[in-house]
Amino acid sequence: MSTLLQLDNVTIRFGGLTAVSSVSATVNEGELVGLIGPNGAGKTTVFNMVTGVYQPTEGRIAFGGQPTAGLKPFEITERGISRTFQNIRLFPSLSVFDNVRVAFHLHLKHDSVHSLTRGPKFHREEVDLRDRTLELLRIFNLERVQDEPAKSLSYGDQRRLEIIRALATGPKLLLLDEPAAGMNPAEKLELMKLIQFIREKFQLAILLVEHDMKVVMGICQRIHVLEYGRKIAEGTPAEIRSNPAVIAAYLGSAAEGKS
Amino acid sequence: MVLPKSQLWLVVVLLVAGGVSAFSGRIDPYVLDVAMGVGIAITQASSLNLINGFTGQFSLGHAGFMAVGAYSSAMLTTTLGPKLGVSTAVLQWVLFPASLLLGGLVAALAGLAVGAPSLRLKGDYLAIVTLGFGEIIKVILQNVDAVGGARGLVGIPDYTNLFWTFSVAAVTVYVVWGLLNSTYGRGFLAVADDEVAAEAMGLNTTRYKITAFVVGSFFAGVAGGLYAHLKGYLNPGGFDFNKSIEIVVMVILGGMGRHVGVIIAAIVLVVLNETLRSFGEYRMILYSLLLIVLMLTRPQGLFTWTRRKPSAA
Repeated sequence: MSTLLQLDNVTIRFGGLTAVSSVSATVNEGELVGLIGPNGAGKTTVFNMVTGVYQPTEGRIAFGGQPTAGLKPFEITERGISRTFQNIRLFPSLSVFDNVRVAFHLHLKHDSVHSLTRGPKFHREEVDLRDRTLELLRIFNLERVQDEPAKSLSYGDQRRLEIIRALATGPKLLLLDEPAAGMNPAEKLELMKLIQFIREKFQLAILLVEHDMKVVMGICQRIHVLEYGRKIAEGTPAEIRSNPAVIAAYLGSAAEGKS
Repeated sequence: MVLPKSQLWLVVVLLVAGGVSAFSGRIDPYVLDVAMGVGIAITQASSLNLINGFTGQFSLGHAGFMAVGAYSSAMLTTTLGPKLGVSTAVLQWVLFPASLLLGGLVAALAGLAVGAPSLRLKGDYLAIVTLGFGEIIKVILQNVDAVGGARGLVGIPDYTNLFWTFSVAAVTVYVVWGLLNSTYGRGFLAVADDEVAAEAMGLNTTRYKITAFVVGSFFAGVAGGLYAHLKGYLNPGGFDFNKSIEIVVMVILGGMGRHVGVIIAAIVLVVLNETLRSFGEYRMILYSLLLIVLMLTRPQGLFTWTRRKPSAA
C-alpha cells in the first residue's frame, strides 16, 4: 500500500495561538483512518489545512506525492480530496438531484459556451451526468426525494446527501468531519455500515474526524490522536485503547467521569 | 437540423419581433415608446438577475455599465455613421448592431475590471465597489467634453426599434436561461447557496462570480446602446444611483433568481412608471415605500409561482 496523504511536521499559528503544532501523519490508499482528540485539539483545523482552506505556517502536506501548498480548495478537490462539514453545508435551495449534479461538475467536458449552443454533444453529456447522478442517489436510496429541496430532508438524510455529494467529485480520499454528530445510537450503527460500504464500493481512503469512540474504534484501521494541537499517539484501535497517554488525555477522563 | 426547443423559442420571438416591428408605423408613437422601454427594461432586469438573483452577489452599479455601453455605442454611430456615406437602412441594420456589440463589450471589460478584484472576496464588497463605480462613471462622463460633458450627448440617430429591443431582450433571457439550465450552470446557484461548500465541491467560485458579472455587464451595456438610440440624447445624470436601484427593484419584485417573474416585474414597473409620471419626483418615494412593504410582506418576491425546475431537459 502506498502513501496517499502525507503530513510532514505541519504547524499552523493564528496570531499568537498555535492551533496545530508539528503534526506528522499519513493515510495510505484505501485505508480508513480515524483522527480523534478532545474538543479544540485541532482536528478540524487539520482538515482545513488538507483541503486548502488554511495554509500551514510550517511543514508540508503532500497528496499522491505532490505538495499541495498554495492550492485553492477547488484545486485540491480536483486532485481527489473531497470532504463533508462538521455542521452540514448542503446547497439548501437546490434539489437533492442538483446538489449531487453540481458536484459532478469536475468531470464536465462542456462549459458555459456549450450551455448556450446546446448541441448534441452537450445533450449527451447532460444525459450521461443525469444517469450517473441518479445511479449514485439510488445506491444510497435517496432517488425517491430527488426533486425535493435539500433543506427539506431529515437530518440523517442531509448527512447522507452530503456524503453522496462528496463522492460525486470522484475522490481518492474522503474526509468526513464528525459524521455521527447529532445521531442516535441506531443511526450511528447505520453510519458505520455506510462508511465501510462506501470504502469498499468506491475503493477510496477515508479520514474520519469523530468524537464518538464507539464509531471510531469500531471501523478505523488506524487512529491518530491529537491533544492541544500535538499528536500524542498513533496506532490500531487496540493500541490506542491501551495507550497510557491517550487514556490520560481523553479516554481516561471519560472513564473517570463514568465511575 | 432540428433546433433544440429552447432555441426554437428564441427564433419564434425574433420572428414575431421582426413582424410586429414592420408595422410599427401604425402603432401609436407613445405606446411604441413605452413598448421599447419595456424591452430595454427586460434586458436590464434579466442581466442583473444573473448577478443578483442567481449567483447571489449584489451589484448596485448596473446603471453605470449601462452608461458605459450607451456612450460607447452612441460615439460609434455619431462619429463613424456620417463618414461612411451609406444609406440609413444600412446604418440601422449593420452599423447599429455593431455599435450595440461594441457597447456591450466595453461594458463587459469594465465589468471585468471592477469584478475581478472585488469578487475574489467573500461577502458584500461588490455592493460597495459597484456603488462607487456607478458614481465614478457619472462624474467622468459629466467632465469629459468629448462626450458632451454635463450638457449631455446630443444628435444620436434613432435606430432603436421594436425588433432590436425585443431581439436583445430575447437573447438576454435565452443566455441567462441557457447558462443556468445545465450542469455547469447549477454552479451559479450553488455559489449563491453556499460559497464555501461550492468551493469544496471543486467549483472555481471566483470564476463563476466573474462570469456572471461580466455577462451581466455585457447585456447592461447593450441595453445602454438601445437606450441611447431610442432617446437620441444622453445625460450622465440619467445613469445615477436611482437608475441602478430601479433595476434592483425589478429583480427583487420579480423574485431573485426567477426568469419569468423578473420579466413580468420589468414590464409592470415600466408601465407603472408611465402611469405615475404626473407625480414627478415623488415617484422615488413610492419606489422606496414599495420596497419596504415588499421586504416586510413578501421577501421572496411577488411573482414566484413558477417553481424552480429541479432538472434540465
